[in-house]
Amino acid sequence: MASQTVLRLEGVTKRFGSFTALDSITLDIADGEFLTIVGPSGSGKTTMIRLLAGMDAPSSGEIYLSGNRITHLPANKRPTCMVFQSLALFPHRTVGQNIEFPLKIRGLDRAARRARAMELLQLLRLPAGYYGKGVMQCSGGERQRVALARALAFDPEILFFDEPLSALDYRLRKTLEKELRALHRQTGKTFVYITHSLEEAMAMSDRIAIMRSGRIVQTGTAAEIYNTPKDRFVAEFMGEVNLFPVEGTGGGHFKGLAEPLQAGTATLALDAAARATLMVRPEFVRFLAPGEMADCSLEGELHNEFALGSRVQYEVGLPGGRALTVEKLAEARFDGNYGDHVTLGFDLAHSHLIREA
Amino acid sequence: MERIEERQGLLSALPVLILLGAIFLAPLLVVAGFAFMPPKVFHLAHLPSFENFRIFFDQGYHAPLLRSLGMAGAATVLLFVLCYPLAYGMAKIFGRFSLAITLAVVATLFVSENIRLFGWVLTLMKGGMLPGHLEAWTGLEMDGLLYNLPIIVLGLTYAYFPFMLFPLVQGISMVPDDLRLAASDLGASRLRIFLEIDLPLAMPGIVVGSLLTFVLAAGAMAESKLLGGQAVIVMADEIETAFTYGQNWPLGSALALILILIVGGLAILALSKIDLDGIMGRRS
Repeated sequence: MASQTVLRLEGVTKRFGSFTALDSITLDIADGEFLTIVGPSGSGKTTMIRLLAGMDAPSSGEIYLSGNRITHLPANKRPTCMVFQSLALFPHRTVGQNIEFPLKIRGLDRAARRARAMELLQLLRLPAGYYGKGVMQCSGGERQRVALARALAFDPEILFFDEPLSALDYRLRKTLEKELRALHRQTGKTFVYITHSLEEAMAMSDRIAIMRSGRIVQTGTAAEIYNTPKDRFVAEFMGEVNLFPVEGTGGGHFKGLAEPLQAGTATLALDAAARATLMVRPEFVRFLAPGEMADCSLEGELHNEFALGSRVQYEVGLPGGRALTVEKLAEARFDGNYGDHVTLGFDLAHSHLIREA
Repeated sequence: MERIEERQGLLSALPVLILLGAIFLAPLLVVAGFAFMPPKVFHLAHLPSFENFRIFFDQGYHAPLLRSLGMAGAATVLLFVLCYPLAYGMAKIFGRFSLAITLAVVATLFVSENIRLFGWVLTLMKGGMLPGHLEAWTGLEMDGLLYNLPIIVLGLTYAYFPFMLFPLVQGISMVPDDLRLAASDLGASRLRIFLEIDLPLAMPGIVVGSLLTFVLAAGAMAESKLLGGQAVIVMADEIETAFTYGQNWPLGSALALILILIVGGLAILALSKIDLDGIMGRRS
C-alpha cells in the first residue's frame, strides 16, 4: 500500500478465560482504504471490531491510531465510530436528534447542528422532511442511512461497520452496498467493514482480510485471494473450488494422489516426493473434445447439472469417488446427459499450488 | 374470526369483572356516596352536603394528608436512589447471581409485614437490640430510635423495596446494550448516557416502580402505627379513626375520597406518559 498506515495492530491477542478469541493479530490498515474483514461466525471478527472501536481491550498486544497508542483508550475517547449490526439508533429520538447526537456532545449550537444534519440527510439521499421523523417510523433501508449519517456526523477518522446490512433483504442489501462504496469514495474516509458474507466483501472492498479461529489467514485484494489462496480454508471459503492432492515425481512432474491426473509436459514447482494441493476454480475446467489437449486431464462421469441463471454448474464423478465441479457460462452450456463419460482438462496457468505446513 | 375472539375475551373476563364489580367498585361507590352525606349519618338517604369537605379544611386534616404524601414521596425518591444501582446490576452485570438477589428479596415477603415491623420495633426501641448494645458499649444513656418521621420513611422504604426494585430491573433490561455502546462510541460521557439513554428508555419501569411504591406508601398505616406510635399521624390513621372511634362514616369517606382522587390522579397522569405494553413485553 502506497498510502500511510492509519490503524496498526501489533500482536493483538484477546482471551476470554481459556478461550483465545484473537491470536496475535498484526495488521496495518491504510488511510482511506475500504478494508473488509471476512470470516465465518466464531472466527473472532466481532471481537476484533470491538477492540478496534475501543469497546474492549486486548489481553496483550498494542493498537496504534496514526502512530499514537490507543490500546486502552475507551470508545468515547477515540476519534473512530462504529455502525452497529443492530444500528443502535436511539428509538426515543427523531432522525434529526439521532444525527445531531455527536454534534450536541461536541457543543455545537442548534443552528450549526441542524445545518450539518441537513447536509448529511442530503448526502445519504434522505428527504429533508425526515429531520423531524421518529426513527422507528423509518423503513429498514432508511434506518441504515440514518445510522450512517449519525456516524458521519461524528466525523470519525475511521468508520467501523459490524455487519450492518446482514438483516436486510437481498435487493436492498445490493443497493446499499453500492451506496456504501460510493460514500467511501465521496468521503475519502477509512472504512473497516466486518461481515461473514464474502459476496459483500468482494463487492465493496479495496482489500479483504480473511479470518479463521482468531487469526488473519490472508489479506489482499479480492482477485488475489480468489486466485492465489494461501490454504485450503481460504480456497474453499472464497467459493467453489476443486482441490487435487498431488505429489512431485521429480523434474517438476507430479501425480495425483486421490485420482489419476494425466499431466502433459507442463510442470509445477514441486520437488520430488513433496506434497501439495493443486487448486482449480470450476470456471477454468473444460470438457475436452476427443483429441483436444490440456496441461492436465482426467476422466469422469457426468452426475448433475445445475442451472444458476447466468452460469451452469456440473458435478462430475471421479474414479476415486470424489466429485469435481465445472462451471460454464449459460451461453457456452455443455451438451451432455447424466451418466455420460466425459474427459475434463485444465491448464496449469489457471491453477494454483497450495503448500501447507 | 376476530369477533369470536372478542367475545371469548369478554366471556373469559366476565368472572373477574363480576368479582371486581362486587367487591371493589361497589364499596368504592358507597364510599363516594357517603362522602357527600351530612356528618355522622349511617345511610345514604339524605340530601347531599359538602359539610365533610368543609371539616377537612377547617379542622386541619390537610396536615396528615400532606404528611402521608410527603413521606410517600420521600420513600419513593429514596427507593429509586437505592434500587437503581442494584437493579442495573441485576439487569446487566450480575448474570445468574441476580436470581439469588431476587429470591432473597422475595423471601422477605414470606413474613407478614407487621411481624417484620415488630422486628424493627424490638431492634430500635429504648433498650432494644441496637440502642441497648450501644448503651452497653458506650455507657451513655440512649433513647429509642422510634417514634419520629424519618424512621417511618425508612420503614416505608424497607416495606416497599421489592415494589421498586423489580419494575426497575424490568425497565433497565429493556434498554439495549448496543445503544449504550453506540452513545459511548459517539463520545458520550457516562452521565450523558445515563441521562439521555438509560433514563428515558427505562422510564416505563421507573414510572411503574415509583407509582407502586408511592401509592402503597401514601395509603400505608402499619409503618406509622408501629414505628411512629402516637407521635406521627398519617392520613390512613385519620380515615380509620373517623370510621371507628369517630363513628363518622361520611367524614371518613370524604377523607378517603380525597386521598383516592389525589393518588389516582397522579397514577393516571403518570401512566398516560408511558407505554405500558412496552414493559409487559407486548411491543411489536
